[in-house]
This record gives sequence, structure tokens and C-alpha cells, in this order.
Amino acid sequence: MTTNILEMRSITKTFPGVKALQDVSLAVKRGHIHAICGENGAGKSTLMKVLSGVYPHGTYDGEIVFENEPVAFKSINDSEASGVVIIHQELALSPFLSIAENIFLGNEQQNNGWIDWNKTNMEAAKLLARVGLKDNPITKIRDIGVGKQQLVEIAKALSKEVKLLILDEPTAALNDEDSAHLLDLMKHLKGQGVTSIMISHKLNEIKAIADEVTIIRDGKLIETLDMHTDDISEERIIKGMVGRDLGSRYPDHTPNIGEELLRVEDWNVYHPLDHQRRVVKDANITVRAGEIVGIAGLMGAGRTELAMSVFGHSYGHNISGTVYKNGVKINTSTVANAIEHGLAYATEDRKRYGLNLIEDIKRNISTVGMHKIAKRGWVDSNQEIVVAEGYRKSMNIKAPTVEALAGKLSGGNQQKVVLSKWMFSDPDVLILDEPTRGIDVGAKYEIYGIINRLADAGKGVIVISSELPELIGICDRIYTIFEGRITADVARGQTTAEFLMQNMTQERDKDKR
Amino acid sequence: MSVFRSSLNYLAGQLRQIGLFIALIAIVIFFQVATNGITLKPINVTNLIVQNSYILILAVGMVMVIIAGHIDLSVGSVVAFVGAMSGVMITQWNVPWWLAIILCLGVGALVGMWQGFWIAYFGIPAFIVTLAGMLTFRGLTQIALQNKQISPFPDEFRALGSGFLPDLGGGTSAVEPLTLGIGIIATLFLVLQGIRQRRARAKYDVEDEPFAWFLTKLVFTAAMIIGITYLLASYRGTPIVLIVLGILIVVYASVMSNSVFGRHIYAIGGNLNAAALSGIKTKRVTFMLFVNMGVISALAGLVFTAQLNLANPKAGDGFELDAIAAVFIGGAAVTGGIGTVTGAIIGGFIIGLLNNGMSILGVGTEYQQLIKGLVLLGAVAFDVYNKRRSGGR
Repeated sequence: MTTNILEMRSITKTFPGVKALQDVSLAVKRGHIHAICGENGAGKSTLMKVLSGVYPHGTYDGEIVFENEPVAFKSINDSEASGVVIIHQELALSPFLSIAENIFLGNEQQNNGWIDWNKTNMEAAKLLARVGLKDNPITKIRDIGVGKQQLVEIAKALSKEVKLLILDEPTAALNDEDSAHLLDLMKHLKGQGVTSIMISHKLNEIKAIADEVTIIRDGKLIETLDMHTDDISEERIIKGMVGRDLGSRYPDHTPNIGEELLRVEDWNVYHPLDHQRRVVKDANITVRAGEIVGIAGLMGAGRTELAMSVFGHSYGHNISGTVYKNGVKINTSTVANAIEHGLAYATEDRKRYGLNLIEDIKRNISTVGMHKIAKRGWVDSNQEIVVAEGYRKSMNIKAPTVEALAGKLSGGNQQKVVLSKWMFSDPDVLILDEPTRGIDVGAKYEIYGIINRLADAGKGVIVISSELPELIGICDRIYTIFEGRITADVARGQTTAEFLMQNMTQERDKDKR
Repeated sequence: MSVFRSSLNYLAGQLRQIGLFIALIAIVIFFQVATNGITLKPINVTNLIVQNSYILILAVGMVMVIIAGHIDLSVGSVVAFVGAMSGVMITQWNVPWWLAIILCLGVGALVGMWQGFWIAYFGIPAFIVTLAGMLTFRGLTQIALQNKQISPFPDEFRALGSGFLPDLGGGTSAVEPLTLGIGIIATLFLVLQGIRQRRARAKYDVEDEPFAWFLTKLVFTAAMIIGITYLLASYRGTPIVLIVLGILIVVYASVMSNSVFGRHIYAIGGNLNAAALSGIKTKRVTFMLFVNMGVISALAGLVFTAQLNLANPKAGDGFELDAIAAVFIGGAAVTGGIGTVTGAIIGGFIIGLLNNGMSILGVGTEYQQLIKGLVLLGAVAFDVYNKRRSGGR
């Protein structure tokens, strides 16, 4: 018996005009956690789609050996029948069905076509116990958080007697607490003999739980590193991913901080559906010209809620508090008002809230500042091209022309289009919510450069992020937020990730008293 | 050789647009042969335009509504209601015809405000609001007409639907000079516009259309317009409703491509949340969209009533379906954000040609419905297939 549960040999997959994978081999040891990393578009997802039968046997070259048998999966059903289960980044759960129903979706516990509800719920409860979820199996999916939904997906995979579990960016949408829980669970499953492949951008996670890591770049295998024998640093992995040493992950920046631009006082926001629940509590924040201010908080701590409620009351109910711009009280109760007063908010969810994906780059960029290229309600299309072309060059948006559709761009380039859109509206204060989420390392560096340029131009920049090294790397000052309350306000250089995390998970007052 | 290849690639990308034109031409040729040349006789071409005008007018408004991600099922009933109001105003209240036209357009605006309020500010889906509107305005039509027909209408009013521009040739020349003149001016306008646009795009380096294709398109469009004007000129000249329709198309095509309002409609249909967070007053735009649809429906109602010389409680039945079908055949997306005014007009002509050709051939209404249904399904299936193919990565 060999130690490898899976061997993919010389996989080559071509799309019209593009070689997505070129001669990639992958060997995964039984009972190990194997991480795959690479920049966006490197071919990680393609490789997993080849493995799980999304691209059927025959559409690629090379062979796959699973449990010492050559396999030819024609569809996901084939691969699942063999015990290979893939959990995609976008969860595939039905929100109005219960946890138990979702677990057995397509695999119902039945007697001649009639569902056996007792068995369904009992079996579901057993599976939930295995993934450490204490919720009742009849709870509806929409009533549990995204972290728990991820666990339900894993329970669903376990119900299919999974031998090889593939997780595509499993913690991308999770907060740190849920992420930690998920990683623990993966280690626990490893103890039960389940082999996992994990695609991830988060190098600290890979370092924490992976046994091996395979690095892919531009559709080619770069290397497979043994995390136990080699002394692998995050920098070492990054070097493999980008093919160069990133001297520093954050560009140097000397701040030039001026007068106060924006001040939010005594800000209170209630949940839009649950009117009793206060999601932002007596928040006070300020931003000065040329200053980059970070807001560190776990998902659900109220950071996005704070930003969106300030920006045109786009979130929340019964909002109270005052916003001052240059010391003068302003009204930001509609998005249009907020924009008029020089605010901009670039969302954490580009695809849902940031871009019109079926429209081209130039029209996305002109959305907010359209009045600048319009006369009496008519848009000057030529001027629009000139403007977009300018941003394409200055922001280094990689697209053949400004008439490429936004939906066809990579995450990093989409983010640059979103930033261009807001820069064109010429704001004084930009709130950037998770500006580098789902973006590869090289593009992140470029985004940091753009943030620095904005600050140098005298604008105030607020960066919301859950990546603490990022905040420490680029911000001049950082607020922490916990359960809707601002818990700390510290200057750069006087803080550590540990200190921030402490204030993101417990209220400062408790220590003092 | 590589130029040829890149041109082919470009054409493959424009498959939908080209397919629509080819379908239109194929249908014309088919009926021209099948009807032994009746389809392209001057009198039939004139009829084709006049008898389809109100569907084409409705399609212009409908494509905007559909691009924004909504739908309007009430337009057929609004056509009837406005027709009824025009009859009541002119024959019972003795309102002068020109004032009646203005007041009726105002009625359309009020109808649009009513529906727009519920959709935009109250948040009820347009499907429900306009389904309710379909019933309520049909009911109001019957109340206004007391379930009787109103006829006749004054000649000036009827001209809107069935009149022609005066014959400058004094009825003696074989081809009417005014119509020919309008046709030539329209052609020159389109050709110059095309060249200007191409120049501007080349200047900013975003031009990707192969020159040969640009030329083909230009020559083809010019030939088509000249051909149609020639046919019209050899019958009774230019129908007044064609002028109305032409102005409507030119105005709304540019509204949709170059006005802030039009851009906001595409933005809302493409991604409502992103539009709202970009400071677009989405509710206001939606409201105005339905006011606009109301006015356009009123115009269609006036044209239809004038053409039939009759205000009828059953008028406009099923018009909404023809207009919606025209929009989708013309390439609009069911999910919103995609569509063009010209596409909707071509879609409307395809429906009109099918109706007209099959009637000449004596095809029964049951088969007409069957065939129109399959054409609609086929057109949208082609779209979906195309999208899947191009996005298949």
C-alpha cells in the first residue's frame, strides 16, 4: 500500500487560446492536509475542477490515480461516488431549508420516495456533532451565520463518506474565530483519517495546519514543500507564488498629516430587522487630511455597519449621531448627500455592491462622477473614454481596452475599477472596506501604493480590514471595534497584532476596572 | 490573412447583433418568395409600418423598463384607457383634437405616476403592480366607455394614425419627392453619424470594429433606408406615424446611450445595490421610468385609436405581450441591464413581418400564435446558448 491517496500526473488543460494548466503533477499523502496556493488565476481552481470531474475526463491530458486506481470522472456525481467531495468558496446551501435537509440534499434518507424525517434529523445530528455544531438540525440555514454554514457543508461532505475533502478558500468569508474553529475541525478530521486539500490565500493558516504545500504559478507546478522537514516561512511561500522576493509586503510611506477632515460623534445604529439590537454603540472616530486610519474588527463586530450607516444611512435603523466635515456639521442621510459632502465608500463585496459586472470598465468608472462629464443631462462619451483610459494607465488596470466588461476582470483589477470609480468622484474621505480581500499578493501591493497616493494627495483614508498585519503595515492610526463599540485608538508603531486582537475580542474597560 | 482571422473573431463576438439582422432579412426573403412578391409591394410595406406602429412605440418604452429589470403588463389596458379618454374628450366634452392629444399624454403620465409610486416608493414588484394595472385600467376603460364604442373621430385626429405627409409631386409623379427627400436626408444623417463616431473612437484608440465590417454595415443600412423610402414613395408617401416613430427612436436611442438618465437605467438593471451605493437615486429613476412608459403607452393608444377611428373597450388586448416579445427577440436580458432601443425595434419588425406574412399566406391564427411563440423561445434560447458559450471558462 502506497502512502499516496491521490496522484495527478502531468495534467494539462487548455482553453481556447489559453493553457490553464501545463504538465502539473500533484501527490497527496493519505491522512494529510495538503495546501495549494498561488496567485489568482494561477490555475488552482482549474486543477480542482479537473480532479472533481467538473471538467470531465477527456477534456484534459494526463492521468489521475485515486486509491491506487486510475479514475476517469465524468461528472461531480462520479467523483463523489468515489469519495472526493469539493466544497466551493460560494457555499451551495439552500437558505430556506433546514440544516438536516441541506445535509441530505440529493441524498435523502427515504423509504420508497417518502422522506424519513426521524432518520434525517437523527443522522444529521450525529454529523453535526462530528463537526462540533450544536445547533438543532431543523434550524433553517438562513438563521445561522456563514461560519456555521461552512461547517454544515463539511457535515454534508461527511454524509457522503468522504475520503478526500477539497476546500476552496474555506475561511475567505469567515471571521478569525470561525476560521480558527474550522482549522481545528480540519485537524480533527485528519485524526479520523480524512485527507484534505485546502486552497488558501492565508499563509498563516497554511503554516498552522498544512503538512505539505504545493505552489502553482501561471498554470505550472513550482514546487511542493514539506511543512515539517523544511523550515518554511511565509516569505518563502510568497516568493514561490510571485516568483520574486517582495522586499517588503508594504510600500514605504512617510505620512504628511494635516487638519481634521471628518469626525463622527456618538454614532448609534440599530439592526435593520431586529430593531432592539444596537449594532454600533456610541462610536466616535476622526480622520485627518493625509491620514490612513484603520478599523480592525472581526466580522460582525460592526465595522461595515458603522461605515455604511455613515455613508448615506445605507445600513441600519434608527441611526443617531453627528457627522462633521472640516468642523461643520453635515447631513449624510442619503448616499447622494454623502457623496456631495466628499465621502466615498468602496464596499467589501465588489461583485454584489461595487460593480455592474455586465457593463464595461469605462461606464463603471463614470457611474459616480458622471456629472463631471455630462452637460444638461447628456454624457460626453468621448470624454468618458478619455477619463477611463487615464485610470486604466495610472491604476495599471490589466484589460485590453476600457470597453472590457468588469465581470471578466480578475479580483485585483475589479478592485482597481472600484477605486477608480470613487477617485473620479473626487472625494475628500475614502472608506475602503476590505480593499484587498480575495486579491493576490502582487495586486495587494499595488492597492497599498494607491492608498498611500490618496493620502499624499491630502485625502483622509479609512481602511477596514480583518488582516491585522495589513493594518499595521499601512495605517497611521488604528481603531479596534468589538461588539459595536470602539475599544482602542492606537498610533502606528505603538501596537502589535496581539494588542489589537485583544481589543477586538474584549472590551478595554473590563481590564481597567 | 490575419486581418481576415481577426475580423472573423470580431464577428463571432457580435453574433447576437448580426444574427438579429440576418433573421430579419431571412424572414423578409422567405415571405417575399412565399407570397409571390406581395410582401415588398409598396402598399404592403406601407401597411406593415402603419399597422405595427403602436407595437413599435410600446417596444421603445418597454425595452427601457426591461433593461431596468422590471416589466409592464398594463400597457395594453393603458392603450385602451387612453383611447377611451380621447373618445370621451373629443366626442362628449367637445375638446379640440390637439388639446385632447396633450391631455391624453397627461393621462398617460398620471397612470405612470400611479404605478411608479407603488413600484418605486412602496416596493411592490412591477409584475404585481402592472398586473393589477392591467385589470384596473381595463375596468376604467369600460366605465369610461360605458361598454360602448365611440366613433367617428375628426380627420385631423385620424391623421395621427393613418395620415400621410402631403404629396409635393401633386399626385402626378411616380415616386413622391418629399418622401424621397426625407429618406435621403435620413440616410446622410446616419452615414455621417457612423463616420463621426468611428473617427472619435479611433482617436481614443478603442476602435475594434474591422473597417470592412463597418463599411458593410453602413452600405447595408443606407440601402435599406433608401429601399424602404423608395417603396413608400411609390405608394402614398410618408405615413405621419412613421415620422412620430422615427423621432421617438432617435430620441430614445440617444437617451439610452448618452443621457445620464439612460445610463442610470442600465446601472440599476445591471446591479441595483451597486447603483444605490454609487449615489444613483434609484427610486426616482424607477418612478420616472414608469411615468415615461405611461406617456409612451398613451401615445400608442392615441395612434391606435386614430388608426381604427374607434375607441373600443376591448382595444389593445395582448399588446403588452407583443411589445415584451419584441424586446426579448431584440436581445434584452430577462435579468435586466442589457438591451437596446434599436434591437427592440428590429424585434418588433420581426413580429410584425410574421403577422403580416402569415396573414397574406392565409395561415390560421392558431398557427400564427404557435409560430410566434416558437420564434420568441428560439431567440432567447439562442441568447442563453451564446452567453454560456462565451462565458464557458
